[in-house]
Amino acid sequence: MSQTIPQQPIEYNMKVVRQFTVMTIIWGIVGMALGVLIAAQLVWPELNFNTPWLTYSRLRPLHTNAVIFAFGTSALFATSYYVVQKTCKVSLFSDKLAAFTFWGWQAVIVAAVITLPLGLSSSKEYAELEWPIDILIAVVWVAYLIVFFGTLAIRKTSHIYVANWFYGGFIVVIAMLHIVNSFAIPVSFTKSYSIYSGAVDAMVQWWYGHNAVGFLLTAGFLGMMYYFVPKQAERPVYSYRLSVVHFWALISLYIWAGPHHLHYTALPDWTQSVGMVMSVILFVPSWGGMINGIMTLSGAWHKLRTDPILRFLIVSLSFYGMSTFEGPMMAIKSVNALSHYTDWTVGHVHSGALGWVAMITIGSMYYLVPRLFNQKEIHSIKLVNVHFWLHTIGVVFYIVSMWISGVMQGLMWRATNSDGTLTYSFVESVQASYPFWTGRFIGGVFIVVGMLLMAYNCYQTIRAGRRETAAGNVVQTA
Amino acid sequence: MDYGTWRGVFSLIILAIFIAIVFWAFSRRTKKQFDEAANSIFEDESSVDKSDKPESKKDE
Ligand code: HEM
Ligand code: HEM
Ligand SMILES: [Fe+2]
Repeated sequence: MSQTIPQQPIEYNMKVVRQFTVMTIIWGIVGMALGVLIAAQLVWPELNFNTPWLTYSRLRPLHTNAVIFAFGTSALFATSYYVVQKTCKVSLFSDKLAAFTFWGWQAVIVAAVITLPLGLSSSKEYAELEWPIDILIAVVWVAYLIVFFGTLAIRKTSHIYVANWFYGGFIVVIAMLHIVNSFAIPVSFTKSYSIYSGAVDAMVQWWYGHNAVGFLLTAGFLGMMYYFVPKQAERPVYSYRLSVVHFWALISLYIWAGPHHLHYTALPDWTQSVGMVMSVILFVPSWGGMINGIMTLSGAWHKLRTDPILRFLIVSLSFYGMSTFEGPMMAIKSVNALSHYTDWTVGHVHSGALGWVAMITIGSMYYLVPRLFNQKEIHSIKLVNVHFWLHTIGVVFYIVSMWISGVMQGLMWRATNSDGTLTYSFVESVQASYPFWTGRFIGGVFIVVGMLLMAYNCYQTIRAGRRETAAGNVVQTA
Repeated sequence: MDYGTWRGVFSLIILAIFIAIVFWAFSRRTKKQFDEAANSIFEDESSVDKSDKPESKKDE
């Protein structure tokens, strides 16, 4: 690259990165603990304590909002602000706006934590928050867009590193999805009705839902992958060319696959078929990206044995590969006829969410925390290793339980007697699911224990860093 | 042009653009630039953290 080595050290804004990093860990624990609670409620319904605020119907959206928008999105804020500064060799475009995105986003989350248990909901999945909060989200998001692209605009390097392309795509598309999907007519401060209705409502909702998965839970975290995997492996990405093709292929294909959420509905048949075909094609760029990430390690596989942080990152990519193989399969209409409405979908979701999203985030946080808090290494690499195994075992418990119960439910619901009547009542399928729901609960406990270890480990690292800073020892962080 | 035809033409345009991107990405011209970009994240620069500054100054 043609830029000159800067004479003075660059002053980065790491404060906002630190804030989002700490909140990622905290919201991760909250969101996943809520997951464990609702998993337990499915097995032991008494756990709602006969309190409306603690019923499953209200806590389930709180779980999804907490893990996606509090945990996942805080991680994306933290890493995108870090990566864009490091790769553009310049401080954030505006420190004030960056601080606003932090406090604004935390305000959104707190509002969710209050309103969802109160039962205030627009009832659109992954967009449950009511209109005043939606407006706040839109404002914060536009500020995020300005900070991120403003930083790219004032960069000191000639090339924009590929991770930023993925982050940028994620930020732009989420702005568009959120604004279009949230159009509503307020009837009071806490209640509004969507301007869409019928099949159009369904289409818009899943255009939003599907692409939120594609651009937030996928493209955003791929940005993380393209920076932290090479950094932790200490070698450049396997093929930069492939990464460029990966970007354009992924963003141009993802948009068209949304109808796979609406098979056998009032949506026109041809739309469903387009969704199915595009989903199957989507397998190709997904696996291209996965291979690009994993092969970054080629020639250095031995590092996996000694470095649990790298293991988090690489195993997350294998879960990404697994869920992007499973997804196209479930998008085939005949397979979807079995899987839809069952636990199989929930299993697919969590192999993406807990395997891919959570593991790549955890790996990146273990990379970031020491560097952000004036330390060379994380407090205890042994504990990272323990966390890795707890998490992996937990995810496997979760996914395998859901596969079995999902296929079992699908088969029970479609079983008919020779006279055409249903073999099983619905409640019999619920009863048969209990052992597997217990298995999921146990897996969830493993995962949350791992997260608590992470919090302890990071806390110790931060404390040691603060002590050294106070003593005047500033470690040069790379 | 009716809607269906337009959709067909649109798909072809997108396909052509995509193939062009692939050729561009894998052309010899971009190789050097991409290799540099891939390695750019390892250029170590000494960095100072804005928010740490007041603290470290205070301690001197
Ligand atoms: C300890 C970890 C977790 C546990 C025990 C857990 C548990 C659950 C449970 C019980 C449900 C409801 C399933 C149903 O209604 O049948 C659920 C739904 C969901 N969870 Fe989790 N979860 C965990 C972590 C996560 C994470 C980290 C994410 C995302 C990053 C996530 C995203 C979701 C989503 C998107 C749904 C809705 C699925 C759908 O509607 O198909 N979960 N989770
Ligand atoms: C090539 C990639 C993928 C394809 C083609 C795909 C396809 C599908 C299909 C067919 C469904 C079931 C729809 C239904 O029956 O209701 C589904 C659900 C879901 N997938 Fe994927 N998937 C992919 C990757 C992922 C990844 C990587 C994640 C997470 C990080 C993910 C998250 C979800 C979520 C959250 C749902 C549940 C939505 C809901 O009903 O609430 N998917 N996906
Ligand atoms: Fe989807």
